Amino acid sequence: MKKLFVYLKNYKKECVLGPAFKLLEALFELFVPLVMASVIDKGINGGNTAHIWQMIGVMVLLGVIGLVCSITAQYFCAVAAVGFSGKIRTKLFAHIGRLSFKNSDNIGQATLIARLTSDINQLQNGVNLVLRLFLRSPFIVFGAAIMAFTVDVKAALVFLFTIPLLALIVFAIILGGAPLYKKVQSKLDAILNITRENLTGARVIRAFTAEKAEIARFEENNRQLMARALFAGKITALMNPATYVVVNLSIVYILYTGAINVNMGTLSQGEVVALVNYMSQILIELVKLANLIITVTKAVACGNRISDVLDIKDGMETEKSDDTSDAMVEFRNVSLCYSGGENSLSDISFKVKKGQSVGVIGVTGSGKSSLINLIPRFYDATEGAVLVDGRNVKSYTLSEIRSKVSVVPQKAQLFKGTIRSNVAFGNSDATDEEIMEAIRIAQAEDVVNAKGGLDSEVGQMGKNLSGGQRQRLTIARAIAKKADILILDDSASALDYKTDYNLRKSIAEIKDATVFIVSQRASSVMNCDMIITLEDGAVAGIGTHKELLESCPVYEEIYYSQYERGDFNE
Amino acid sequence: MSNAAVIRKLLKYLKGSRRYLFLSLILAGVTTALTLLVPILTGLAVDGMLGENAVNMDSVVKVIVIITVATVVTALVQWIMNIINNRVTYTVVRRVRDEAFNKIQSLPLSYIDTHRTGDIVNRVISDVDQFAEGLLLGLSQSFSSVLTIIGTLAFMLFIDWKIALLVLVVTPLSFVVAAFIAKKTYSMFKLRTETQAEATAYIDEMIAGKNVVAAFGKEDEVAACFDEINTRLNLATLDAVFYSSITNPATRFVNSVVYALVGLAGALSSVAGGITVGALSSFLSYANQYTKPFNEISGVVTELQNAIICAGRVLEVIEAESEKADNENAERVGSERGDVKLCNVSFSYDKAKKLIEELNLDVKKGQRVAIVGPTGCGKTTLINLLMRFYDVDEGEICLENINVEDLTRQNLREGFGMVLQETWLKSGTVKENIAFGKPDATDEEIIEAAKKAHAHGFIKRLPKGYDTVIGDNSGLSQGQKQLLCIARLMLVKPPMLILDEATSSIDTRTEIRIQKAFATLMEGRTSFIVAHRLSTIREADVILVMRDGKIVEQGNHKTLMAKGGFYKELYNAGLNKE
Repeated sequence: MKKLFVYLKNYKKECVLGPAFKLLEALFELFVPLVMASVIDKGINGGNTAHIWQMIGVMVLLGVIGLVCSITAQYFCAVAAVGFSGKIRTKLFAHIGRLSFKNSDNIGQATLIARLTSDINQLQNGVNLVLRLFLRSPFIVFGAAIMAFTVDVKAALVFLFTIPLLALIVFAIILGGAPLYKKVQSKLDAILNITRENLTGARVIRAFTAEKAEIARFEENNRQLMARALFAGKITALMNPATYVVVNLSIVYILYTGAINVNMGTLSQGEVVALVNYMSQILIELVKLANLIITVTKAVACGNRISDVLDIKDGMETEKSDDTSDAMVEFRNVSLCYSGGENSLSDISFKVKKGQSVGVIGVTGSGKSSLINLIPRFYDATEGAVLVDGRNVKSYTLSEIRSKVSVVPQKAQLFKGTIRSNVAFGNSDATDEEIMEAIRIAQAEDVVNAKGGLDSEVGQMGKNLSGGQRQRLTIARAIAKKADILILDDSASALDYKTDYNLRKSIAEIKDATVFIVSQRASSVMNCDMIITLEDGAVAGIGTHKELLESCPVYEEIYYSQYERGDFNE
Repeated sequence: MSNAAVIRKLLKYLKGSRRYLFLSLILAGVTTALTLLVPILTGLAVDGMLGENAVNMDSVVKVIVIITVATVVTALVQWIMNIINNRVTYTVVRRVRDEAFNKIQSLPLSYIDTHRTGDIVNRVISDVDQFAEGLLLGLSQSFSSVLTIIGTLAFMLFIDWKIALLVLVVTPLSFVVAAFIAKKTYSMFKLRTETQAEATAYIDEMIAGKNVVAAFGKEDEVAACFDEINTRLNLATLDAVFYSSITNPATRFVNSVVYALVGLAGALSSVAGGITVGALSSFLSYANQYTKPFNEISGVVTELQNAIICAGRVLEVIEAESEKADNENAERVGSERGDVKLCNVSFSYDKAKKLIEELNLDVKKGQRVAIVGPTGCGKTTLINLLMRFYDVDEGEICLENINVEDLTRQNLREGFGMVLQETWLKSGTVKENIAFGKPDATDEEIIEAAKKAHAHGFIKRLPKGYDTVIGDNSGLSQGQKQLLCIARLMLVKPPMLILDEATSSIDTRTEIRIQKAFATLMEGRTSFIVAHRLSTIREADVILVMRDGKIVEQGNHKTLMAKGGFYKELYNAGLNKE
């Protein structure tokens, strides 16, 4: 949480001026009783009507000054709070964009969205209120105490007992409340997740007529959320009553000792009234403070959760490396292990020359995606080295390596915009001809025609397109990027054989590109210059289709499993 | 939706909490009365301290005891009141969320397909949260504020009714000011909420597509684009926050003017021999207490305004039109079923663009129907219609000679087992996911289904086997997810099947084994299959060849090949002759 305060740095002026004007306003407020006293003493008791009018004029003037100060303060506080949260939002968004795949997998989408939206809003409210009122309250509390001492030192000693006790109560409730609100938030995250899931999985849920079960699951979590919120509320609701009791008992004490002292002649009646008034003033401030506490505890909890995300270090630093290679892509004894668990890849070595096409084949879970994910450095190899264009991938900056490699992921993901903006996503300078060329290679011309040209709209996540249309546009997007290395990660799964065949044929015509094709289908990779067959994360065989059919039983089995019924006429 | 309409609807949610609200009102009355009493008691105690050796200790102690008791009672009552207010608020919130979620289950798919997920989620989660905050503040402050106003007014009228009337006439000024500011800032709040929704939708999309953004090295550009939205959001927020925060100083200014006027009137009256100085000073202190709640109320008004906007947004979801309700006298089809007939069916998503027209199809129980055609030709649309995710525009679909619109959706859908290309699993254990369609399945049945889907092997290797928690980011591959989706189907053994590229992400070796399991499952069951696998297609009883949303050819493999049309073209391309 503390680390977030750096984002207030640019708002130092506002952070000082806001509360300062607030204090100024409070000060003017304190003058009012004095002016009224003058009205009573000089005006009424002296029968001076002119003085009464004068002093009332002064009071209205004080009110105007107070108003100006206060509006100024509100302005500075709002600027600081909104600016602060805006900065954090920008920073957090950029940070999340840079999280490694591993880390963002761990945290989960729903949580990241909540951090960027509701958590930041709560934090903003909290900062605004703290700036406005958190300084004012102690100011009045201590001011009242000091005034009490000027009245009578001995009688004011009770303030030394009351104020720390009040502080203790306030902090205990803040600190005790924070973890409770954290628990509330985690349940809120849970129902957020269920809501999301039920929107994205509406078809499956309805197909299985699981609506009622899902409703029951949501309602159960919603009930728990309420229970936790109620419990947290019970604790924070103690604030007002507890401080009320402490202050009033102090007043009782003042009255009792006051009565004894007045009786002895060491204190006057008026002084007792003054002391009681100061104590009451403290109470009024505390009531205001208590109303803030809930907002502030929530804000602190939200701030902590935001910091937690910001604190995640990726470890994807650029490192120096002397490794060299004469190949376009080379794997040297590469092993990969995701957080704990068994190796997903073990001891993989191969070399790919520029312009070659490489097929990667293997059964589900054999490590195909893991292997190609190492080339653009989505993950780092646990052991061994991955070299691209002669250098270790770790020696490139992330943006350098990503500009060399173009990937079509398994999941076809498009963004809101137009077909043009989506295809030109990786190459914003692409001309219309280049875009159309990429679309042609990706067999997506009919998509463009059906939708009505390059400027036709693409909905959020490409919702207005079918799976196959999305997939071909993602392929066009990767091709338009014109990177040295093109990777198709099982990205033709939604395409029929004919389109898939045409696609491979036209991709083969792209000049100079080193192409990786990951597939389940032997037909997709059999014409590649080199085929890497994987089994359980290890290489089962590398070679051409013919070589592998003779030497690699795993490849042979995959191949014949696909064609055993004689679909293929050799 | 107008504010008044939103409030009317919200009152409905409060109905069930009427008793609590009433209790809260009484407790607020008790605390307010006691709070106003304590200063009077203190005054009495002070009055007993006339000077040296003139203090009536007995009466002072008596008053002090009463103050102590009153204090403890007030504190206790206040705490209980707070708890009750929390309960009322969270009960309403829970009810609203439950209702919104229930609504999601009955929203037509066309609504879900055309609205941003993030936006709907935002409405159900953070909008409801903001609404809750406003409601809680409203509850905890408005009762006691109103009561304080009434109490102090009574005291003032008792002391000097003329000056009290002056206060009474002038104070509403602060309401006027507050209302004026609220009206002026309403559009600002609205703009802020809308911009917030825009930002959320962008965040949602970019976080979902995060890996693509990274792959294209576009983090900076996406962040810049977000910056632009964020800048607008900040401006809108600053306007809304600042202008609405003027309310409090402005009303307090009005109050200090009231205070000054009371001082003036009182002082002049006192000079003229009307009111006494002592009476004036207590009058002033009550005048002060009287105006304080007005500040709070105006603060509450701003909060409530925001709360109402947020409530309006979630109510929009709750009141969105549901799917056409099931026929009340719906007929029922038993689990023995399989005849499906489509008569002159026309359908399109966008009424301006025709898609499926005059489609006729007659499927007998046990037949296998393969749907083939180039990507994006409308194969999935047919499934949308069969499952009644969408209703036909014209014509009718009959199951066992009953129009499907005369059946309940549940009755229709429970007969279909569906596996889609896009895998969806819920967050939960593997076991829960497989038992999704049959929650009371035994462990043996679940493992049996997993084995049939060839998912048992990899499940065993997961950290906690069948109890491993999976979800959105489970680290499972697409293929593994698809296996789980198939296991989910294998457990229910439905009388009819819909397989839409059900094995597209599964390796061929496993696929063949699963096909065998499917073949056994399909025995005697009507099935609709969208697939690329030629062997699957060839063995189908009916092959529908689709192109541009129309069925261009229909028949079995032999007749279609003999015909030498589009099917033959597709088939030969699939054979990969090179």
